[in-house]
Amino acid sequence: MSITRLLTSLLFVIAMAFTPLAAAQQEDPGVALLNDLATASPREVEAAIKAIANSGDERARSWLEAFGSNRLSIIKDSGKIVVVLNNRGRDWTIADALTSENLGEISRRKLDRININNAMRRQLEGTLAMLDLYADNPDLQAQAGKDLLGKVDEALVEPLTEFLAQDRPRAVTNRVEQALAIYRVEQLGDIEAVDVLAGSLHSRARAALNSAVTSDDPALAGKARIALESVEQKLKLNRAAETLYFGLSLGSVLVLAAIGLAITFGVMGVINMAHGELIMLGAYTTWGMQQLLPGQPGLALILSIPAGFLVAALAGVAIERSVIQFLKGRPLETLLATFGISLILQQLVRTVISPLNRTVITPEWMSGSLIINDALSLTLNRLYVLAFALLVFAALMLIMRKTRLGLEVRAVTQNRAMARSMGIRATRVDVMTFALGSGVAGLAGVALSQLTNVGPNLGQNYIIDSFMVVVFGGVGNLWGTLVAGLTLGTLNQLLEPWAGAVLAKIVVLVFIILFIQKRPRGLFPQKGRAAEG
Amino acid sequence: MNAKKSLKLGLSALALTVSLSVTAQEGPIKVGILHSLSGTMAISETALKDTMLMLIEKQNAEGGVLGRQLEPVVVDPASNWPLFAEKARELLAQEKVDVIFGNWTSVSRKSVLPVIEELNGLLFYPVQYEGEESSENVFYTGAAPNQQAIPAVDYLMNTIGVERWVLAGTDYVYPRTTNKILETYLKDQGVAEADIMINYTPFGHSDWQNIVSDIKRFGSAGKKTAVVSTINGDANVPFYRELGNQGVSASDIPVVAFSVGEQELSGIDTGPLVGHLAAWNYFMSVDSDANYDFIDEWVKFSQDDEAVTNDPMEAHYIGFNMYIEAVNKAGTTDVDAVKDAIIGVSVPNLTGGYATMMPNHHITKPVLIGEIQDNGQFSTVWQTPSTVAGDAWSDFLPGSRDLIADWRKPMSCGNFNVKEGKCGASAGEQALAAE
Repeated sequence: MSITRLLTSLLFVIAMAFTPLAAAQQEDPGVALLNDLATASPREVEAAIKAIANSGDERARSWLEAFGSNRLSIIKDSGKIVVVLNNRGRDWTIADALTSENLGEISRRKLDRININNAMRRQLEGTLAMLDLYADNPDLQAQAGKDLLGKVDEALVEPLTEFLAQDRPRAVTNRVEQALAIYRVEQLGDIEAVDVLAGSLHSRARAALNSAVTSDDPALAGKARIALESVEQKLKLNRAAETLYFGLSLGSVLVLAAIGLAITFGVMGVINMAHGELIMLGAYTTWGMQQLLPGQPGLALILSIPAGFLVAALAGVAIERSVIQFLKGRPLETLLATFGISLILQQLVRTVISPLNRTVITPEWMSGSLIINDALSLTLNRLYVLAFALLVFAALMLIMRKTRLGLEVRAVTQNRAMARSMGIRATRVDVMTFALGSGVAGLAGVALSQLTNVGPNLGQNYIIDSFMVVVFGGVGNLWGTLVAGLTLGTLNQLLEPWAGAVLAKIVVLVFIILFIQKRPRGLFPQKGRAAEG
Repeated sequence: MNAKKSLKLGLSALALTVSLSVTAQEGPIKVGILHSLSGTMAISETALKDTMLMLIEKQNAEGGVLGRQLEPVVVDPASNWPLFAEKARELLAQEKVDVIFGNWTSVSRKSVLPVIEELNGLLFYPVQYEGEESSENVFYTGAAPNQQAIPAVDYLMNTIGVERWVLAGTDYVYPRTTNKILETYLKDQGVAEADIMINYTPFGHSDWQNIVSDIKRFGSAGKKTAVVSTINGDANVPFYRELGNQGVSASDIPVVAFSVGEQELSGIDTGPLVGHLAAWNYFMSVDSDANYDFIDEWVKFSQDDEAVTNDPMEAHYIGFNMYIEAVNKAGTTDVDAVKDAIIGVSVPNLTGGYATMMPNHHITKPVLIGEIQDNGQFSTVWQTPSTVAGDAWSDFLPGSRDLIADWRKPMSCGNFNVKEGKCGASAGEQALAAE
């Protein structure tokens, strides 16, 4: 018996030596694991996932990730399991799931996807987090601990308890303890576990406590209620901070959109209805930049800042030279003419580029949020836009106060005739000022491309708000624009939770109307003789 | 001389009428296309115009209908609701089209209704809508609420186990009516008032910080929470982006959307959205030969390798084929004959089944629930075992549950009240009265 066994294994070794490839494929445990996953009924998927995770195969992680992102497929004819590398268009690039060998493109028709749904994804995420807990990377470990909150099921309890018994970083074990406690409170009604969750601001932990409050066990319900109340005050503070951040963020968007207008309308007195479309041009420049530099959205975004400024400034110069200069001192005609220009620009983009919105990619470093604590996190894209708005404002202040251009602009707007007699070329100043205001609108567009849709209607959504901010702040005053923008943003966000988005907007508008009735020149009216003219 | 002249005139007039009637018989069948090619709705409607042109081109290549070619007549109502009515009148009165395919928003359809009924035209309307309407002259090839909203809620409730509901929508008639229906439905199913949160936002809303944060808070009450979204058009993009940034993942709080299709997703990086849901009657990713062929044709026609197809396009595909079938059956393009012939007509849909025109002018459709994938497509996770017939009058609204629509003789009524036993005003008259 042992001889036959020896012989077989000897034979096997020889066979393997001669046909290494065929044998390796036959023996690859991955085939069975993946086939189990592919043929599993929804109830069996969990077991198949666990089997892959526990196999110790170094490819396990990549398989599970491919499964999670819907990229594991079977070739209909051959039954070969592949990973889809590129799933855009009709022909997809695939690679062998076992050998990672690139198999080139194949028609989508020939592939059968191994389907995943949210319930499976949840199990998968729990399992992947479990794998990550043992990763070498501490960041990955911490993230894994957080991911486990609310995703612990019966099968994970044992390995997690085992994990806790080992000596691991405190930050990670804390999370794992919380994750286990959530499971124990929700599934077992364990009163001891409530202590672990008390004081936690995490929404998942509070969800578990909230569900415990409604439980039939009065002792558990009472304890959970006390645990919840202990963080109530902290939570309120965090909520206030959050609302303030929301307000400042909306405000910064308003400031960005309006600050260019504050120069063209506020300082020069030109009613430019095409201002919104200049913003749109800036946003489209960002899109164009990203098309030119595929794969580097971050770099493209940074390069778009000067490019967006230039494009919008040039468009502004063209508008000024072709239309506005002939309508000096005729506000009604200027309004109508620039409104026409705005329609022309919109339709131009629609015809030349597309009526559809364009995708502007958010770079990695701008996605997600900056986490202050479990209840308060600041979304990164808005944080960057807030900082950008303040930077643009500071730069503009600097230009208006400290440069020759700023001096000339102020001179021309205060007394045109006098400035000209002092040797200032008023026409040139007009062009430069308008270019500056338009360029800043372009900058706003670059920033807005990260927050909203880049499409032909982008500008229309901001033109009314921009005028509102400039008028409310006081025409001709940059500080006024800043304060007005931030005030209106905060006001809007304060009202929104109890009035709803639609009503909040209306209330803000009514407020501005009443305010202008009382103070027609806005928050910071210009004083002195210049204001009288 | 005078008599001779008048005779001549009369003769030539006679000849003219004869030649006119001959051309009317032998000339092409005119198909009006009433979709906005400029303005806000151009983003959605342009693709539908192109779909129609493609279908007509294909039908002509196959020899047309009744031996006659089809001729598209394209007009641009420019996303301007009253202009829709004017353009519809132009199509019917001046161009004398035999049929119109068009409209997207409900308000534009309501604007067109009186004109279509007055001039006895035919309109195929391809978009999912709030129901509560059945006109003698309109065929609704998009989904009624019972073909989209109700099955989606059932899926969330029974398969995912959702107990707390956020109904978020854009502030206009479709979301408001749909949410009213859903609210009644949820309460009938035993959901408490406190477990339903309703939120409306203006068109094109872009600052979702507060609302997403509210949803997060609402979702931390210890019950499984889901968002049912009737948010319209591109306001969805910043909404989903905010969801992603604030870390709301589909496994915590899934969002099921009724207005987000492949086209909306093509303007957005779908990485953070993987797993959120949408309910439609068609997905571009559906694995059927009819669908793959349709996509191939569409890519070829639009000359864009990345071109996407969506649910309203399938609705036009079905509506167009139904019309062709009905004309063949009636042997004429006469409006009244086609109207009678089309009821009961069955044509293949793109998901591998058949769509039938019901007597209430709605069609049968399968309901699919799909999860968003990272390539902007949906993967179907659930679908109704068979097709569902569209219900013009919802059973979950007071006043509407007693109404039925049946355009077969002898009833021929779009809102027959079974309790009172009489027929109400026509859809067009109601639309006029509402103005």
